[in-house]
Amino acid sequence: MLSLSDLTLTESGVPHLAGISLAFRPGLTTLLGRTGAGKTTLLRAIAGLAQPTGQIRFNGEDWSRLAPWQRPVAMVTQQFINYPHLNVLDNLAFPLMRRGEAKAAARETARDMLGRVGLSQMASRRPSELSGGQQQRVAIARALVKGAPILLLDEPFVNLDYNLREGMREELSALLQASGTTVIYASTDPREALRMGDQVVLMAEGRALQSGAPRAVFAAPETLDAARVVNDPPVNLLGAAVSDTTLVLDHLGPAPRDLLPPLPPGRYTLALRAEDIRQGGSLMTRVALTEVSGSETVTHLDAGGQPLVMLERQVAEHALGSSLVVTPDFKAALIYGPDGRLIAKGGRNG
Amino acid sequence: MKTLYLALKYLAVTLWSAFVIFPFLWMLSTSFKTSNAVTGGATWLPWAQFEPSLAGWKSLFGGAGGINIVKPYINSVIVTGSASVIALVLGTLAAYGLSRFTFRAGPLRNGDITFFFISQRIMPPIVLAIPFFLMLRWLGLLDSLAGLILVYVAALMPIAVWVMVDFFNTIPRALDEMAWMDGCTPVTTFFRVILPNVLPGLVVAGMFCLIFGWNDFFFAFTLTFTETQLLPVSIVALNSSVTPWWSLSAAAIVSVAPLAVLAFVVERFLAKGGLAGAVR
Repeated sequence: MLSLSDLTLTESGVPHLAGISLAFRPGLTTLLGRTGAGKTTLLRAIAGLAQPTGQIRFNGEDWSRLAPWQRPVAMVTQQFINYPHLNVLDNLAFPLMRRGEAKAAARETARDMLGRVGLSQMASRRPSELSGGQQQRVAIARALVKGAPILLLDEPFVNLDYNLREGMREELSALLQASGTTVIYASTDPREALRMGDQVVLMAEGRALQSGAPRAVFAAPETLDAARVVNDPPVNLLGAAVSDTTLVLDHLGPAPRDLLPPLPPGRYTLALRAEDIRQGGSLMTRVALTEVSGSETVTHLDAGGQPLVMLERQVAEHALGSSLVVTPDFKAALIYGPDGRLIAKGGRNG
Repeated sequence: MKTLYLALKYLAVTLWSAFVIFPFLWMLSTSFKTSNAVTGGATWLPWAQFEPSLAGWKSLFGGAGGINIVKPYINSVIVTGSASVIALVLGTLAAYGLSRFTFRAGPLRNGDITFFFISQRIMPPIVLAIPFFLMLRWLGLLDSLAGLILVYVAALMPIAVWVMVDFFNTIPRALDEMAWMDGCTPVTTFFRVILPNVLPGLVVAGMFCLIFGWNDFFFAFTLTFTETQLLPVSIVALNSSVTPWWSLSAAAIVSVAPLAVLAFVVERFLAKGGLAGAVR
């Protein structure tokens, strides 16, 4: 097991890692967070490329003083990094030969791995002669061929087009299945995290906000920051003032008190996913922006000063500035207290 | 229009080629002339316009009115070759350090240190002549091959550093890190991963070192007396009250030949793709 204890790294006053303590078991863990959340720094710290304070232990062994070349770690970054002066086969054989394997044996293992990633035909080519997707496949194959117990993947598919990304994601999942490797996969895409990981860690501003099984974490983000991280399109946040008998939503005005479950009087924030805003009902809004992505439409709405984001699983056309009547599904709302922590789930349908 | 453009292009190339080749042809024909043929007007064709003679060439090997350039030639090869190799090795290591590590010395940073190296070439050589002379005298290395090698290393290393820093900067640091992940120490990373990828830079820097070293006259002249003579000095020594154009021309050909052959070989190597694709 890989365990991190109080990892902290601050550079020029900017906290890249702020006291991160986590444990990673064999299987795939997704680090989910926006750009600048500290995912890459955390992976680099595990690889020995960044030097935080705190402790990194693998199967009980302290790694704090181990140089990168002494750690049994493989890493793939978002850039297509291969050895430009070696052909594809020797790119894969290189780490094995550095480990002491004979050239012939290393090449044999490399050839086998090339077959598994479907690049046998490219063995004698230089990386610069391959397409971006093929180059990244070589980089992934080079990481896999070492059989390192820890595999770090830093947004490896981010520079690939949609189809290639989907295909490679599936290929990678198949290659990693039952390998017994501890895979840590950094991603900015919540859907990717939901689909790929056995475990997800939410990160923001160098902190680990929450970790657990993806579905559980997605269903109940413990804090508002976590709710922001797991939602893409962005989560709708509605301020609410609750008393014993009244409920007033910021910008939207008074609402039936029984829309929310019993709560002590005070201010709360309701988090509603974009898919929990639906067309129809009684809330009048104005269309501010419409984005069609694949077979989905994300519409940004203005409800009397309250911004709302609505996700429709279809291609929809809403004219800019037109009126649209929607219904927030308060049954799905997550209710956060003044300290930003989750205190209740779901109201009744409004 | 296209044909006219093509014709003009070929005309320009032909004129330029003639402009470049002409001095060499002139030098070659002069090297086979005698005093009378040289002063008798512009002549080109041996036997038809002048009687060719090997007097100029013989004078380079101890013949009448000449000197023996064999020893200065060998000296030049030793000094330029050794100094270039040493400068290239030291310069490459220094350049890698400047490219990959951050140095701070008071207000000075990596860029300032790189400029310090380059500034050695900005100064006119005369500025360094006296310090070098005094240093070599103190070391007992005046008029010696070792002394000249030492001075040439100092003179050539800035070129190597300057060229190589730029080449190392084109190699992403991520490649070094990837090599570390693959089990390379920083030293093996340098030799196994980085160096093969800056091969074009090494060739360029090596060529510059050889050209500057081979053509240097100033240090070869000021730091030697009679024991250790280099080729440029010995060629100038051919000059007496009567300028022996035939000997000078032969010497100039002999002097230019190694660099021309080297440039030709390197150009072939580059054209064959021996270095192509090393850096994406």
